[in-house]
Amino acid sequence: MSAKSVLEADGKAILNYHLTRAPAITQSTLPPPPHNAPPKLASLYFPEDVAPETVLQTAEATYPWLLAPGAKFVAKPDQLIKRRGKSGLLALNKTWEDARQWVLERAGKPVKVETVTGTLRQFLVEPFVPHKQEEEYYVNIHSLREGDYILFTHEGGVDVGDVDAKAKKILIPVDLKEYPSNEEIAATLLPDVPEFVHNVLVDFINRLYAVYVDSQFTYLEINPLVVIPNEDATSASVHFLDLAAKIDQTAEFECGAKWAIARGPAALGINTGALGGGKVDIDAGPPLEFPAPFGRELSKEEAYIAALDAKTGASLKLTVLNSNGRIWTLVAGGGASVVYADAIAAAGFGEDLANYGEYSGAPTETQTFHYARTVIDLLLRSPMREEGKVLFIGGGIANFTNVASTFKGVIRALREVSPQLIEHKTKIWVRRAGPNYQEGLKNIKAAGDELKLDIKVYGPEMGVAEIVPVALLGATTKVKEYGEI
Amino acid sequence: MPSVATLAPSSAANGSGKQLNVNDNIARFSAPSRPRSPPAEHTLFHPKTRAFVYGMQTKAVQGMLDFDYINNRTTPSVAAIIYPFGGQFVSKMYWGTSETLLPVYQSTEKAIAKHPEVDTVVNFASSRSVYSSTLELMEFPQIKCIAIIAEGVPERRAREILHIAKKKGVTIIGPATVGGIKPGCFKIGNTGGMMDNIVASKLYRKGSVGYVSKSGGMSNELNNIVSQTTNGVYEGVAIGGDRYPGTTFIDHMLRYQADPECKILLLLGEVGGVEEYRVIDAVNDGQITKPIVAWAIGTCADVFTTEVQFGHAGSLANSKMETAKAKNEAMKNAGFYVPETFEKLPEVLSELYQKLVADGTIVPEKEPAPPKIPMDYSWAQELGLIRKPAAFISTISDDRGQELLYAGMPISEVFAEDIGIGGVMSLLWFRRRLPAYASKFLEMVLMLTADHGPAVSGAMNTIITTRAGKDLISSLVAGLLTIGERFGGALDGAAVEFTNAVDKGLSPREFVDIMRKQNKLIPGIGHKVKSRNNPDQRVELVKEFVRRNFPSCKMLDYAIAVETVTTSKKDNLILNVDGCVAVCFVDLLRNCGAFSAEEAEDYLKMGVLNGLFVLGRSIGLIAHHLDQKRLRTGLYRHPWDDISYMGFGTDGVAPGGANRAMVDVKK
Repeated sequence: MSAKSVLEADGKAILNYHLTRAPAITQSTLPPPPHNAPPKLASLYFPEDVAPETVLQTAEATYPWLLAPGAKFVAKPDQLIKRRGKSGLLALNKTWEDARQWVLERAGKPVKVETVTGTLRQFLVEPFVPHKQEEEYYVNIHSLREGDYILFTHEGGVDVGDVDAKAKKILIPVDLKEYPSNEEIAATLLPDVPEFVHNVLVDFINRLYAVYVDSQFTYLEINPLVVIPNEDATSASVHFLDLAAKIDQTAEFECGAKWAIARGPAALGINTGALGGGKVDIDAGPPLEFPAPFGRELSKEEAYIAALDAKTGASLKLTVLNSNGRIWTLVAGGGASVVYADAIAAAGFGEDLANYGEYSGAPTETQTFHYARTVIDLLLRSPMREEGKVLFIGGGIANFTNVASTFKGVIRALREVSPQLIEHKTKIWVRRAGPNYQEGLKNIKAAGDELKLDIKVYGPEMGVAEIVPVALLGATTKVKEYGEI
Repeated sequence: MPSVATLAPSSAANGSGKQLNVNDNIARFSAPSRPRSPPAEHTLFHPKTRAFVYGMQTKAVQGMLDFDYINNRTTPSVAAIIYPFGGQFVSKMYWGTSETLLPVYQSTEKAIAKHPEVDTVVNFASSRSVYSSTLELMEFPQIKCIAIIAEGVPERRAREILHIAKKKGVTIIGPATVGGIKPGCFKIGNTGGMMDNIVASKLYRKGSVGYVSKSGGMSNELNNIVSQTTNGVYEGVAIGGDRYPGTTFIDHMLRYQADPECKILLLLGEVGGVEEYRVIDAVNDGQITKPIVAWAIGTCADVFTTEVQFGHAGSLANSKMETAKAKNEAMKNAGFYVPETFEKLPEVLSELYQKLVADGTIVPEKEPAPPKIPMDYSWAQELGLIRKPAAFISTISDDRGQELLYAGMPISEVFAEDIGIGGVMSLLWFRRRLPAYASKFLEMVLMLTADHGPAVSGAMNTIITTRAGKDLISSLVAGLLTIGERFGGALDGAAVEFTNAVDKGLSPREFVDIMRKQNKLIPGIGHKVKSRNNPDQRVELVKEFVRRNFPSCKMLDYAIAVETVTTSKKDNLILNVDGCVAVCFVDLLRNCGAFSAEEAEDYLKMGVLNGLFVLGRSIGLIAHHLDQKRLRTGLYRHPWDDISYMGFGTDGVAPGGANRAMVDVKK
């Protein structure tokens, strides 16, 4: 668990709902505004097994405003893709008919953005907000150790350029009692903005930051932020057209209800009649989703391990880097797992490295079994190689995980598929230490010999990932296998 | 507080070998007699460091005490446990082979007041509650260092903690860490693993290398590497894998720099964050002059085409500068000893150590004999080194595995095969699957005995108790306690008498005659209203079922023959439901093939029939309780006119009068 990106639709819904509700940090220059109307966010998900046409028809029923005569829309994929405008993944000022067609042409299709290829499944359709280029601004809030930086520039939009260099910055200290005054914010961030919108913008920035704090964002970028003056240029309305955000997943126990209510049918203005009879959520809306990065949608196995991970105090992580790779890792420990990946990459086998993953925090024998079984299944599904495959069952010196117990789970997994492992010419390298490692290593060695697996077993005398160069590069080692005299 | 002077614990433990009392084996430690002079600013832990452990983490506390013991500390490093949910006042711990009692406090305030010498807290509170407990701890100025173990502390909360800590001058280690270790002084929680590893990594005596790592698991790896390549660890801290650790590399590096006993600095960084650069800055501006061996893990990230969140929450590069590769290069350029790969780190460390020994910077001390620590009973048991007879044995159910087992049958199978309550009873009562008809028969008995109206004595007692306002269990038990020889006991009695008669080879007529001669009623025979011509439907149901399904119903046939004899004397002396159920049950035990003859007898002797009645009738008694509650009936008082008051006259003679019932007491 960590800070993770959220869908644009979710970020906007949370902002829209909480802008007027988050506890104020500072005195506002404006009278308290009425609550925002429900945002018009048509979030469209195209699953593999449903015809895109069906999804669109359902959407038309759920979001009747899509069919309003003469309305114009923006359509874009909502999959954490950066610089969509530059990749031609942004349809602006379209009638619903055109937007619909635009989405239909792309839904479920693979697309390459810069170096990454992914399938488009999640789209966002919103009303188009007509505005002038000079009304586009850029705002960014991000967190650092010493506080949160708010960046602002009056030249937003697709070609915002190097914001680090040109944006005005202000540091908001962690202790909110030291929050800057409205004058200070205006003077620091808004020197290039017409004076009559200062009030509106300062109020907006204050509220935006209040939501950022209250809903525990760790990153928030709005570009463009559109500020449209009223006719007599005394005030202005603010629209956040494009948004990217990261939210701290670990704050779920504090903010889960806030994230949910903003995205519930009531807050989104969706007629629940159409959705009635669905499952009961723990909060007044669906739990916040943290989608995988673009081009890295969770495979079935990764989702399975993520679900397993969510149910336990132990940690179980799996990322498939290259499902056709021939080097697989089954490593215990958040730090050790990285050291293994480093060692494999350093040995020049980065492209053959199939997965990153780790199990730690004393998982049970059964959890370890399911984890090991999943990794080994993936190994057996990757194409057979002339040179065979390599499986590292590694780990550091555990502090409190019982090695014999977790290894029992690993051994059970090996037992179930030992003939296939032999068929795939899998070389297994084991290195582990910690509580009761003697028993664990003895057992896995015995099981390997019994199952006729090609297995080498080492204890703490061997460095944590020292087996990697030995296994991959044929480096020599003076360390003897565990149990050898 | 125990006020006895500190004992040399080993004398208490091993002394004369004559132990009179459990108390003799408890080591007690008094509070220090005078406040200590404050340690140097760079010293976080010293041989007198005293700490609280927040949270009931007895295993970790024991590990800390064992560490203290093998480091020859005179007092345990843990002064007390703070546990807000506890009702416990002391926790028993081992001090070497003897025992000691650690106070357990529910409130931090009380713990602080009682232990003014404590300046360190190992906080095991969960990610949800660690924020509030840490803030509370920081309100007490005597607390100077808090280690936060929890993973998953929200980043904002972690930043707030570190912000306040900085203002107050408190050192925070963590969150998301195992802690840290200083040989000879102090071990935080589970750092260093089990005692065998502590001994293997020579963490029982100080060396010259001070390290800081992010990862707790890798810190143990460093302990191993350092012990194999140098004279050992001087101090090690794992700052935790989160984005915002309370203290970072630089905080501890500066302490090691200031500490003259620390000769080599070791830094294990990681992809993500910029904290390594602050160490580089400190080297560049001359704040740190001691040699630093350093490596940042996560160099593989450059090979991956997409961003990968590694195991640690903070290990994700947000810019080129945060990559491990950039950090390693920068550290190398600043003159750190940076190996080519992590695997080469021991080599580099060893070379540096040898150089420092050669130039006299480090003078290796004579190696003390490795200490011995008694092994924990539970651990020895897990390792299969010891055994002991169990105090309890259970053979019917097992809740230890993935699934609950009833006599070996997983609960999921119990439902998949739909064995019913009769099936469950056969598993738990008889430890075997009985044929389907037998399970069905057991269920039938429960259904038939479930209730017999409100007027029977058991139900009466339940009703009266309920009406006295008592709860369900009391009311149920009031009814159940009525069951015995006269009420509900007919089943057992009938089974015994009929079985005896059959086994002795008495003919039904002989049996009836003998019973009459002994002036005994035959249990299970006779009904208040039913007769041969007006049979009890319940009996007919049982008879029919048993005739149709049981392989043999010898006992039932015998009982019916007895009934023929008795009804010839009086029409209502029929085989009643108790008698019928009892004899059929004996038929079942003896003839279903699942029990040996001895087993069948044993079960009857154990009172299994009574068990059937108690179980069945509980249904009815609970029903009466619910019924009375539902009706909101009030307290029952029996009317005077329904009790015959004998020997008191009718006009109410004054107490003490002639009619007073007297009991003579002999003097």
